[in-house]
Amino acid sequence: MTQAAARSDDAPFDAIALYTFTGLAALAALLATAFTKDPSFRFHGYVMLVGFLVAFLTMTVGLGSGRFRSDQSRYADGVVRAGVIATMFWAIAGLGAGVAAAAQLSWPNLFYFPDAPWLNFGRLRPLHTSAVIFAFGGNALIATSFYVVQRTCRARLAGGAWPWFVFWGYQLFIVLAATGYLAGITQSREYAEPEWYVDLWLTIVWVAYLLVFLGTIWKRKEPHIYVANWFYLAFIVTIAILHIVNNAAIPVGLLEAKSYSAAAGVQDALIQWWYGHNAVGFFLTAGFLAMMYYFVPKRVERPVYSYRLSIVHFWSLIFIYIWAGPHHLHYTALPQWAQTLGMTFSIMLWMPSWGGMINGLMTLSGAWDKLRTDPVVRMMVVAIAFYGMATFEGPLMSIRAVNALSHYTDWTIGHVHSGALGWNGFITFGAIYCLVPWLWKKERLYSNQLVEWHFWIATTGILLYIAAMWVSGIMEGLMWREYTPQGYLANAFVETVAAKHIENVIRTIGGLLFLMGAVIMSYNLWRTIRMPSTASAELPLVSSPTPLLTAAE
Amino acid sequence: MWKRHEKFERHSLWLTIGIIIVVSIGGLIEIAPLFYLESTIEKVQGVRPYTPLEQAGRDIYVREGCYVCHSQMIRPLRDEVERYGHYSLAAESMYDHPFQWGSKRTGPDLARVGGKYSDSWHHDHLRDPRSVVPESNMPPYKFLAEKELDYRTIEKRLATLTAVGVPYTKAQIANAAADLEQQVDPFAGDTSDLKKRYGVKVQQRDFDGNPQKLTEMDALIAYLQVLGTMVDFRTYKAEDPRNMR
Amino acid sequence: MSSLTYETVATFAQQGGTVFFGLIFAAGVGYALWPRHKQAFQRLAQLPLEDDEAPHV
Repeated sequence: MTQAAARSDDAPFDAIALYTFTGLAALAALLATAFTKDPSFRFHGYVMLVGFLVAFLTMTVGLGSGRFRSDQSRYADGVVRAGVIATMFWAIAGLGAGVAAAAQLSWPNLFYFPDAPWLNFGRLRPLHTSAVIFAFGGNALIATSFYVVQRTCRARLAGGAWPWFVFWGYQLFIVLAATGYLAGITQSREYAEPEWYVDLWLTIVWVAYLLVFLGTIWKRKEPHIYVANWFYLAFIVTIAILHIVNNAAIPVGLLEAKSYSAAAGVQDALIQWWYGHNAVGFFLTAGFLAMMYYFVPKRVERPVYSYRLSIVHFWSLIFIYIWAGPHHLHYTALPQWAQTLGMTFSIMLWMPSWGGMINGLMTLSGAWDKLRTDPVVRMMVVAIAFYGMATFEGPLMSIRAVNALSHYTDWTIGHVHSGALGWNGFITFGAIYCLVPWLWKKERLYSNQLVEWHFWIATTGILLYIAAMWVSGIMEGLMWREYTPQGYLANAFVETVAAKHIENVIRTIGGLLFLMGAVIMSYNLWRTIRMPSTASAELPLVSSPTPLLTAAE
Repeated sequence: MWKRHEKFERHSLWLTIGIIIVVSIGGLIEIAPLFYLESTIEKVQGVRPYTPLEQAGRDIYVREGCYVCHSQMIRPLRDEVERYGHYSLAAESMYDHPFQWGSKRTGPDLARVGGKYSDSWHHDHLRDPRSVVPESNMPPYKFLAEKELDYRTIEKRLATLTAVGVPYTKAQIANAAADLEQQVDPFAGDTSDLKKRYGVKVQQRDFDGNPQKLTEMDALIAYLQVLGTMVDFRTYKAEDPRNMR
Repeated sequence: MSSLTYETVATFAQQGGTVFFGLIFAAGVGYALWPRHKQAFQRLAQLPLEDDEAPHV
């Protein structure tokens, strides 16, 4: 004890390690920037250099003034608060990019600029998908996982300053990815577009994330591990495996941005969709289910409907998901046995998905009135309902005969948006509406009325979006295969493009409404954070030690 | 049995290992056989590695994210085969790093676009899609016609592709830059070194209509014009048991 | 690896996958229903509902 007390006067080891790492990274970025002949690589070298230098200087000041000490009697909530802010920032950026891309398809004459090729659809669309999945979704997952793992383990985050490395390192990854797409630095692998060095950087950040998460579990004061942490852990571990395998590539040179994937053609296609589908399964499903298993019980003040079901849900979900990838490759040059396997497991996936949905919804049993009185609960329940709908539609679309019609069409786009906007969006919004008053020690949100507005505007937006995409998807699918009585194809391809104009416009409006909802939410949260802290007088900043603490010592 | 479960629950390490085992097996059983199973890729005549210019064009196709709107995978369905041509074979993308099969047709499939349109149509269409197809919502790529092709690293690119399994010869790698320049030389003729190295079917001409400049447009059109034209379908027997997949 | 034919791979993947899934599923259900776990699960289910102002060191 005395030793520990004496040592706490010095800067903690974790901060010094991080300080050294940041310095070395800045040096490496400087050398790479100086010696590369590739303008793309140099551009990213500058971005990294600026990032590492700012981090290095901040840490120099911080260490000098004696910060970076972690008080084990308090939760590390600063990084969670930063994560919440980042989540909302990237939500608006990602949704905005989506609306812009949708507007381009609706009014190409207005929204394309021949002299600004970096704003073309081919560069903007990956920016949109990565911004909403990895920037918005990823920040939401990191922030909530850091919050939940501390509460359910009753331990402060492990690693001292390293959770901050995870947070800022992840933001650097996002900035590199996003600027890369606009500058044409891409592998053109769906949802894994960043080039090799950005992938390597994410791997480092991700390993740190895994260690912080596991380290916190190791420190836990509870004998058992709460099921939400199982889901978070499966998400972190599996994403690491998927990321490394799918991004296996050889760079053209150590100082060149361009790389070529290790696999080619049919093998590459299966690896990519094994990755792509499990990015859905483990990033957008397992991780967000973890949110459901913590925030829904917490908000309605009831334990999860069936803890046993949650365990069966966990193992069957992670087992089945990993097989379902080949349904993205029906009728392609992928061998048929793999297609059949993918289809079979996709249909089986319906079972654990709905098991989880029922478990989430039934947690409200006996508290259904909260649907009426608490718009945040309503948002989370509607999220679970969208989860159920999307996971019913998914297996349906994975049936070969249905897929023959739906594949390559807007139907798929509608499907993913019912999942992304309805499920991922709403469960995250619900969790953040819960978190902000808790994190900033406020009694309540600034305005429940604004949550109502957010809910209804965003729900209208989702419905417009997915209805438009169902109509246009099925329409174009049918038009492509339509024959004249004489036995000729009835439609030229471009006629299907022209036929979708009105649906494209409706989709843009739907996306715009969803974006408006997120803006209203941001305003509401901002006002909440600026409210006076009613609880502060008694509840003490997390700083004053609780009686429990002294008792335990 | 009981003890093991207890460990799963109590020790996060066991939980982690359990997760790794459960998620690895599905991936391994599905993906690994594709690398060993001979019937995964059909034996057909004619598929060759891309010429340096075509590969440079492919790199531009990848850079611009064309895959978000254009597939390169024709399914064996009546309407697709009639609209786009013979269904795609695995062999046709076996040198594609990365594959560009795509997942969405906001624009038409491009797996067999080679030879369907003239170079000047492609040039006009890429510059300003709506000048040729009024209903199109494709972005304009005017800058490709203005930007000189940067082939500083073309040898390195071919060498890297060789490292991941594309069978370029030493001569093809060493002469990559010369081959690239020769492909846009309309006077190179049938006895050019390029044709000796890549076959007589290689298309050799100024693709973008501007002989003064070797542009990104040259490379991209060269790539588009070779898409789907390599396989000699007279030698492909769909019913052959070896092609049963 | 010519011993790997289409049929062997397809059979192995489909039947093996189903059996493997059956085992995992049975193990998961067995674990969930095991009587001795009941108490732990009840405790775990209450976990998120408890006061969470500071870690109980």
